[in-house]
Amino acid sequence: MIYNIKEQNFESPDDFYEVLVNAHDGLSDDESRRLNAKIILLLANAIGNKDLLEEIILTARKSFVEQ
Amino acid sequence: MKQANIQYEDVVIVGAGPVGLAAAAEFANHGIKSVVLEVSNSFSDGSKAICWSQRTLEILNRSGSAKKMLEKGVTWKQGRVYRGEREIFNFDLQAEPDFQMPAFINLQQYYFEEFLERHIGTMKFNDIRRSHEVVDVNPKTDSTVLLTVKTPKDEYKIETKYVIAADGVKSPLRNKLGLQLKGQKFEEKFLITDIRVKKSYPMERRFWFEPVFHHGQSALLHVQPDNILRIDLQLGPHADPEIESNPERVKNRIRKMLGEGVGFDIEWISVYTFSCRRMDKFTHGSIFFAGDSAHVVSPFGARGGNGGVQDVDNLSWKISAVLKGYAPKTLLNSYDRERIPAADENILNSARSTNFMTPKNKASEEFRDAVFLLSEEMPFARQLINSGRLSSPHFYKDSPLNSMDDPLFKSKGASPGELSIDTSVFKGEDAVWLLTELGTQFCLLIFVDEPLFFSNKIRHLRELACSWKPKIKIVFVSDQEIDSKNGALILSDKNNTCFKKWAAKPGSVYLIRPDQYIAARWKDSPPLKEINCALEKAMGN
Ligand SMILES: Cc1cc2nc3c(=O)[nH]c(=O)nc-3n(C[C@H](O)[C@H](O)[C@H](O)COP(=O)(O)OP(=O)(O)OC[C@H]3O[C@@H](n4cnc5c(N)ncnc54)[C@H](O)[C@@H]3O)c2cc1C
Repeated sequence: MIYNIKEQNFESPDDFYEVLVNAHDGLSDDESRRLNAKIILLLANAIGNKDLLEEIILTARKSFVEQ
Repeated sequence: MKQANIQYEDVVIVGAGPVGLAAAAEFANHGIKSVVLEVSNSFSDGSKAICWSQRTLEILNRSGSAKKMLEKGVTWKQGRVYRGEREIFNFDLQAEPDFQMPAFINLQQYYFEEFLERHIGTMKFNDIRRSHEVVDVNPKTDSTVLLTVKTPKDEYKIETKYVIAADGVKSPLRNKLGLQLKGQKFEEKFLITDIRVKKSYPMERRFWFEPVFHHGQSALLHVQPDNILRIDLQLGPHADPEIESNPERVKNRIRKMLGEGVGFDIEWISVYTFSCRRMDKFTHGSIFFAGDSAHVVSPFGARGGNGGVQDVDNLSWKISAVLKGYAPKTLLNSYDRERIPAADENILNSARSTNFMTPKNKASEEFRDAVFLLSEEMPFARQLINSGRLSSPHFYKDSPLNSMDDPLFKSKGASPGELSIDTSVFKGEDAVWLLTELGTQFCLLIFVDEPLFFSNKIRHLRELACSWKPKIKIVFVSDQEIDSKNGALILSDKNNTCFKKWAAKPGSVYLIRPDQYIAARWKDSPPLKEINCALEKAMGN
């Protein structure tokens, strides 16, 4: 692991959040989902590291499989 | 019926498919007599394997069996991947060609078998018996197996030290022993058809995702000898094989694909579902499962036949060494240790390709769409597009035969467990290929310059090589031409590729197995003791 993924790392959290949400403006649900998929792939490529990516995905999945 | 009499053999190979025949050629090459028993009296019919990899050709080339295949086969190394009508990217499997063998040839499996069987017929040790069916198998003790063989005329028994069960995916031997293939089955149906065309097509592999001519599915096109095209069309999980095999229906699909103007005749139609499965263990006493009997994969990646040929490449030198008394029986334990991870790699890659082609839920479909969308502008996304990851030799990373790597190589060149790297070198004035020169016995590849070559160090190394049983072959590679009258095989690296590819400097030594995998290596003049230890290890001690 490169760093703890639960710790804060954003340079500017509010800016990010706004950009993320606004990116979906005017899109249908279908388009929104496709946009999300593209964003995930771009982010994943930016991260690159195999273990880190795996950890992120499994962390996100946890709440669904643990209930 | 004649009196049942018992024959005694060292090695019996069950099945004369590509894998059984490759095994027979390898044993003959090692000077070991084997008997091949094959129930059928003809070569495989219809459309099965077509893509034979560089590694398969290198293996067959050692016994001279590749020549005819290379002449007849369609050589290719380019692939193109389309989505709809647009080409999204293309790839070259040998971007810097410096290998004797091409990346792939396409050749119908029946030609492959026919050429191989004919060539084996010209070799010294050969005994291929067609219309001989193995109907029973009884492991007698831990060291022999009794086979019952049925021919159209009679029945007889063979007691043999070793059995190679290359009897295919339905493996009667596996069933007789109560063993199974385990793994994943895919629901998706695929139409596989061969057609004869008049027009000529470029020698490349073409793959379409969601082509306009075959809505929402995928399609694959390969060129084969005799103006035959192989076309694979994905049909979805619910397709009815009977309806889909209707020639008129198939013709319609092909017309849409190739365009109205192209005349063709249908040679073969089949509808397949695929699976990725393997046995828990390939070795059962003296019975060794190899090829489809031990593992099957979906065909995207051409890993079935090519993987199986590599099984027997791995196994045949080991059994030969044990039979000749050079190596202990424990050497044979490394077959499972090396080939099960290889099968797992083939299964993993074939399963991933099949999964990419047949998204299993909405999310995977959407991710795939996103990959396609991004790939038009961004090369990184093209890496994710999976139309088949083509067969490549497995890296026996954790093999018990490997010695520790020398850290001075910094993981460059070929590490222990990796395959030797081919390159063009010179023997006097003649350009030759390194792989061919390495031969099929244990070999020390020694990198030298002129002063080193004439030094005492090298003399001691040569003495050591001669003292081993069997004798170790020594191949020198030098950075300039050396004029030597002492009978050594010296290759000169005039193109300056060999030192580079092998990350070597004068004094570097590689210990190479009979299957041309690396067992150990040293960057700089190893002590003889270390070479001895590595050899012991590589022979299964
Ligand atoms: C559509 C399709 C496309 C493919 N494309 C490729 C490709 O491009 N490249 C590739 O590498 N692989 C490909 N494969 C896989 C390839 O065909 C197989 O992996 C290959 O045939 C396996 O060889 P084998 O010798 O292990 O088994 P088989 O070819 O099945 O041979 C087994 C032999 O054993 C004989 N036998 C069975 N039982 C007995 C018995 N009791 N006694 C005596 N003999 C017996 C059979 O008659 C048969 O001849 C493809 C497969 C399919 C279906």
